[in-house]
Amino acid sequence: MATQHSRSAARLMMAPAVFVLLVWMLVPLCLTLWFSVMDYRPMRGTFDCCEGLGNYTRFVTSSSFQDAVVTTLMMVGGILLITVIGGILLALLLDQPIWGQGPVRILVIAPFFVMPTVSALVWKNMFMNPVNGLFAHLWRGLGMEPIDWLSQLPLFSIILIVAWMWLPFATLILLTSVQSMSSEQLEAAEMDGAGAFSRFFYMILPHMARAITVVILIQTIFLLSIFAEIFVTTGGAFGTRTLTYLVYQRVIESQNVGLGSAGGIIAVILANIVALVLMRIVGKNLDA
Amino acid sequence: MGRITLDKVRKAFGDVEVIPPLDLTIEDGEFVVFVGPSGCGKSTLLRLIAGLEDVSGGQIRIDGEDATMVPPAKRGLAMVFQSYALYPHMSVKKNIAFPMKMAGMPQDEQERRIASAAKALNLTDYLDRRPGQLSGGQRQRVAIGRAIVREPAAFLFDEPLSNLDAALRHGMRLEISELHERLTTTMVYVTHDQVEAMTMADKIVVLQAGVIEQVGSPLELYRAPLNKFVAGFIGSPKMNFLEGEEAAKRNAHTIGIRPEHLTMSTTEGAWRGTVGVAEHLGADTFLHIHPDSARSETMTIRVDGSVTARHGDVVWLSPQEENIHRFDETGLRIA
Ligand SMILES: Nc1ncnc2c1ncn2[C@@H]1O[C@H](COP(=O)(O)OP(=O)(O)OP(=O)(O)O)[C@@H](O)[C@H]1O
Ligand SMILES: [Mg+2]
Repeated sequence: MATQHSRSAARLMMAPAVFVLLVWMLVPLCLTLWFSVMDYRPMRGTFDCCEGLGNYTRFVTSSSFQDAVVTTLMMVGGILLITVIGGILLALLLDQPIWGQGPVRILVIAPFFVMPTVSALVWKNMFMNPVNGLFAHLWRGLGMEPIDWLSQLPLFSIILIVAWMWLPFATLILLTSVQSMSSEQLEAAEMDGAGAFSRFFYMILPHMARAITVVILIQTIFLLSIFAEIFVTTGGAFGTRTLTYLVYQRVIESQNVGLGSAGGIIAVILANIVALVLMRIVGKNLDA
Repeated sequence: MGRITLDKVRKAFGDVEVIPPLDLTIEDGEFVVFVGPSGCGKSTLLRLIAGLEDVSGGQIRIDGEDATMVPPAKRGLAMVFQSYALYPHMSVKKNIAFPMKMAGMPQDEQERRIASAAKALNLTDYLDRRPGQLSGGQRQRVAIGRAIVREPAAFLFDEPLSNLDAALRHGMRLEISELHERLTTTMVYVTHDQVEAMTMADKIVVLQAGVIEQVGSPLELYRAPLNKFVAGFIGSPKMNFLEGEEAAKRNAHTIGIRPEHLTMSTTEGAWRGTVGVAEHLGADTFLHIHPDSARSETMTIRVDGSVTARHGDVVWLSPQEENIHRFDETGLRIA
């Protein structure tokens, strides 16, 4: 029973947690906002007040900004494309009764447990290295010139690495969706004359729409902040500088905290716009 | 045309033989009902006919042609499932159109058939709704509509009414019978409700543990059940069975007498007993009588609704001799 008394007691007990959360979130945000209007360059010892919106205009008008936005969108889009399509196919495959189903499922999920830095290093050194990498050996075995993945196809390489890591996540969520498909519905469709492809497009895919939506939303939020994979592979070179990476460079490499903070705020705003648009597009799927 | 012949059809799941070899012929235009207790293999048999389950042996022929290996879509049969199995993301109209769309039927022909099916099933006002926005009875009608538009050789129903309430079930029962009269298409109907079986069927197939116990018209099964199982299963309330002295007097191991073939008197009769529970249905009353001698645990008798018998009253029961069914030790009918 939620009496007046128990409710006020509950408020009192929640208060510390709410307070901590507020401080936790508000303090860094306010600090960032404050820095973003300052000329703050610690190495030169400048900490001058009131750049106004100068940092913002400088960040947005620099030519690297537009490139970074395009790179970010291409990277996130590419990874989403691979993980969603690959995830659907893998989920359909894993739903079939196969020998050794348990171990196979665990193996498929395994990449998700590898830390981003580790997996990126493994990919860089073991697979994509143009001299010793497995791909180089494979290419030479087929009589072709090995590709220097990270300098010739840098963006694609990073997309590949990150997609490999996120594929298990997509597969897992989509698999639960496939498994909740009613078998009577599929049988009814079969009797109605729908072949395997029609059953997939008319029955299974619409049924999975909601799960696909969730996968896209969650992944987009995490993928907008990819960092480790870029840092250990290309270091932002060869057109792989995303917005996150650009902010990092401004703050750490150029030691311009004011400019970086302005970039951070812009990134937050852009991410929120993307999230809102996504919610709008797919929101219909969620409340149907 | 829709003549279905099962020839020594057998089905096993792994080592478990659910249906031992079985022969059955369903004539064109017949309304055949499979009845039996839960788990006796009714659904399995229907799914074998539909092709959703592979036979473990034997042959299924549709209109004389071997259909054993033909995929479900090519058999020309339509099935209505217990859970309706409507497509939740499609409107009622799209649901009904789906089989025609899959068959690549011209658009105007599709529209024509949808309109006539919707009219016949009272769905015209609901064509744009999703299945989730319909009541149970309406969903069932959509499922039937989806089956009708294909103009199949035969309809297969798997307990289509078991999710509906009593009043709606009665209404849908009439609608399906009406539909059968109009279309004169073969219908195979699975149920465990013997009232549905008695009222709808041209031919009832009684199954127990995958074995056909008896095939016949409802009245044949009621008047001359081949064995104790059929005798107990068909008819409501259940037939009373007596063993021992009374049975021996009539040269049988067991005798059976239906509740409606017993007469009751407060002064004299064959068997004396006390009244237990009385079920008043209005027109009729079912009395549960505890006989004085332990011939059977309780006997049920149907009396007119105007009879007033109270708990604990002493009454006498007498059977109508011409309506007594006699069975031997193995439970088979003695002619
Ligand atoms: N896929 C399966 N694998 C193993 N056994 C099965 C399978 N399907 C059904 N059975 C078994 O076959 C028997 C018959 O099942 P079926 O579904 O045909 O019964 P039913 O007569 O339709 O019962 P109900 O009236 O409860 O629907 C049951 O004992 C069931 O356990
Ligand atoms: Mg069943």
